[in-house]
Amino acid sequence: MAVLAQEPVITQTHADVTRDVVATLGKPSTGYVLITLGAVGLFLVGALTFLILVKDGLGHAGYQPPVFWLVYITTFVFWIGIGHAGTLISAILYLFRSPWRTAVYRSTEVMTVFAVMTAALFPIIHIGRQWIFYWLLPYPNQRFLWPNFKSPLLWDVFAITTYFTVSTTFLVYGLIPDVAAVRDKVSGWRKLVYKLASVGWVGTDNQWRHYSRAYLYLAALATPLVLSVHSVVSWDFASGIVPGWHGTIFAPYFVAGAIYSGIGMVLTLIIPLRRVLKLDHMITEYHFDNLGKLVLLTGSILFYAYGMEYFIAWYSGNPYEQTTFWRRAFGPLWWAGWSMIICNAFVSQLLWFRKIRTSVTALFVISIFINIGMWFERYVIIASSLSNDFLPWAWDNPNPTWADWGILAGSFGWFGMWFLLFARTFPIVAIQEIKEMIPMPRLRAGGGHH
Amino acid sequence: MARRHKVLPGVLGSFEHIDAATDAIKALRAGGHKDLVVYCSHPNHELEEALETPVSPVRLFTLIGGLTGCTAGFTMTIWMNLDWPVLVGGKAFASVPAFVPIGFELTVLIGALSSVLGVVLLIVLLGKRGVMYDPRFSDDRIGVFVPAPPESASTLERLLRDAGAVEVRYAAP
Repeated sequence: MAVLAQEPVITQTHADVTRDVVATLGKPSTGYVLITLGAVGLFLVGALTFLILVKDGLGHAGYQPPVFWLVYITTFVFWIGIGHAGTLISAILYLFRSPWRTAVYRSTEVMTVFAVMTAALFPIIHIGRQWIFYWLLPYPNQRFLWPNFKSPLLWDVFAITTYFTVSTTFLVYGLIPDVAAVRDKVSGWRKLVYKLASVGWVGTDNQWRHYSRAYLYLAALATPLVLSVHSVVSWDFASGIVPGWHGTIFAPYFVAGAIYSGIGMVLTLIIPLRRVLKLDHMITEYHFDNLGKLVLLTGSILFYAYGMEYFIAWYSGNPYEQTTFWRRAFGPLWWAGWSMIICNAFVSQLLWFRKIRTSVTALFVISIFINIGMWFERYVIIASSLSNDFLPWAWDNPNPTWADWGILAGSFGWFGMWFLLFARTFPIVAIQEIKEMIPMPRLRAGGGHH
Repeated sequence: MARRHKVLPGVLGSFEHIDAATDAIKALRAGGHKDLVVYCSHPNHELEEALETPVSPVRLFTLIGGLTGCTAGFTMTIWMNLDWPVLVGGKAFASVPAFVPIGFELTVLIGALSSVLGVVLLIVLLGKRGVMYDPRFSDDRIGVFVPAPPESASTLERLLRDAGAVEVRYAAP
């Protein structure tokens, strides 16, 4: 199959890999500093909005009947979804021994952790009285009532807490040998910092023996999380009887959408990052081609799910369901409904062409469309259903306010800030896994092991 | 590493070639030196085969942790629902299918955390202290350390050099 992008022949030596990755941690370029300052600025916008909300209350964010929690839960689901591609690439593709994962998985794992960390802010923002956030935790109230374990909202607390803990553990665990490699290359106070962070790792046979085995089990445990977390998020919607939400297709539809949006975000992040950190020779056309195929696959599943939702609405004969879907396409929110269908179902189909999959510029533009489309998907699901449910006298169009947009912008700033700071502080390309793929030099010719 | 622990006496060979390192390991093991410490920047199958590394027992930690999490998840939810029974949606108080997500999430959570705990324990308990190290082992060199008294150092150095070691150092107590 000459048309498929082949796995590139790695010409680097082990020493080259260490040198190139350690070089990404040196003095930052002007471009990097400017982007990071931009992210911090956006974060400050969000922080200021949050302070105003704490002082005055959630009324600023357009919390009024019939739609209360709109932009914040849209953005919450958006960020949770982003995380899923990271775990797919780092854990599922690890189990499948997929060779192209190596160069990109660290950045996707970092993206997962910070995306879930961003999402976790939203329930806290939404509760309005942040100082009693611990009421969310499962402990009995003053009448000794326990929380309702039959509610998907409580399942979600467990799912997201587990997801955040396990993906952070997976990231930090994978980082330890790489931090040790950096420790042995730098000097001064940085050496001390990396020495502490490498927790005594020296890479003995005994260390690798336990480490590699447990890595396999961590990957195996993280794998079902990809499928479970967004399924639970989808049940937050699907177990309600609200028209447009009450579908059995919701779990696979949300999981595919999550992976699709996550890979969109991976592309948005690594295309500029590899330029700024000079990693063009490590993250190549071969990786983009494969990421493009994953976008195509999950985008096509979304295409099918969108079609199926409309079909079932018509086929069910249920007037509420039919009205909801009619209004999604031709009601007051038609612009959001069509943004979601065009950005997700149609734009992803461009990736059938290899020329597009391997063009970095085209992929970057498509990835922006994916980010916008997937945010609108959640907006459409929430706004169109809640604004027109069973009581026509309560129908009203949602009006997002400056407080909604301030927090949305702040969430991008918060996420971008952590991601960029991480990329400068720790190896964003997995040193030891790339080394594993490069054959070690031999005294005798031939006699290769693999 | 060697700050608090006594330095372990022995000979440290540094290799650039994988086949040279495996030759040295096989020769040393054949000569009765089974307690080698081998450094590498990444997990390497050829070194594992030469050392005849057994499978790590860390899987027991994963299994026990996972089972603990699963049991804890179901026990907690069932007990809490029976401790103060509230009828929700006409379902049974101890409605097991509704508790599957909690049981599952805790299986993954405790399973993952206990695996990491297992690795820490096994590395700390089974690892040797005070072994000589070279920063190049995390870069592109392979290190083979043979714990040995000073009198057998020259024999061991010859063995390591013959196999293809590019550098040999002694660690004195």
